Amino acid sequence: MKTLEELKAIRERMQGQIGVRSESATQTRVVVGMATCGIASGARPVLTAFSDMVQTKNLANISVEQTGCIGLCQYEPIVEIMEPGKDKVTYVKMTPEKALEVFEQHLIRGQVVGKYTISSEMPK
Amino acid sequence: MMTEISLNVLDVVQNSICAKADMIGVSVAVDSIRDTLEIIISDNGCGMTEEQVKKVVDPFYTTRTTRAVGLGIPFFKYAAESTGGSFTICSEPGKGTVVTAVFVLSHLDRMPLGDMTGTMHMLITGNNAIDFLYSYAVDGKSFTLDTREFREILGDVPFDMFEVSCYIKEYLQENKDYVDEGRYI
Repeated sequence: MKTLEELKAIRERMQGQIGVRSESATQTRVVVGMATCGIASGARPVLTAFSDMVQTKNLANISVEQTGCIGLCQYEPIVEIMEPGKDKVTYVKMTPEKALEVFEQHLIRGQVVGKYTISSEMPK
Repeated sequence: MMTEISLNVLDVVQNSICAKADMIGVSVAVDSIRDTLEIIISDNGCGMTEEQVKKVVDPFYTTRTTRAVGLGIPFFKYAAESTGGSFTICSEPGKGTVVTAVFVLSHLDRMPLGDMTGTMHMLITGNNAIDFLYSYAVDGKSFTLDTREFREILGDVPFDMFEVSCYIKEYLQENKDYVDEGRYI
């Protein structure tokens, strides 16, 4: 069983590392819609996938956040990626598998995954 | 509809977060003898007037401006009542809100409880400024997680740091397994 002693040990180790988090001006934000429409469509595993990947790779310049409904319920789960100095990219109908792809292609390599963005869903 | 009760919890707690609560209680209690699964979500947020409490169970009421329907509370209420259980909201402006949903445990229409560990982990690590008091009880065995206790030890180390986040997930999972002995609820 986890004990509070273990948590104390984590604190000792982490203490020196706080403050290395980036300023908000250089922070990339991954925002997942977590209102009723998002949750019912499967936003929880999508958010977990992004958080796990960002935390595992210890990417201090990326923050994974939750938001409410932005009024496009039919496209949920929706993930918005906001990078400083760039246009916001909106991914729709996300799954944990698509999240992995977006993480690797967009967040790591800097290439937008066009086939999952909202513009790919709009009538041509 | 949601596919599991833990998603209703995740959803309804968002209301507490929107109500600017900084202390949120989530209690899950399973009692096989009384044949109940009781969920209580309490917060110290802005609360609601009697008028608003009457309206929130109406799917066509929402405080949002992005859409015209609000299904969070109606889903939760319907899920509980369709098992023969009950659903109540007590709220007072300036004090907070308590939402209680009682499900009949053995009813065929009761959704599975689902991944409460995932829900609580997400709520705790995703809302570093909010304290959570989570309790999980199954037939007399129980555990409680109080983030105020964690915060006291961690100081300014946030809950979403990788090692802390892993600790919280394992803490939730190990204690859950101890309490329900791996039983599918």
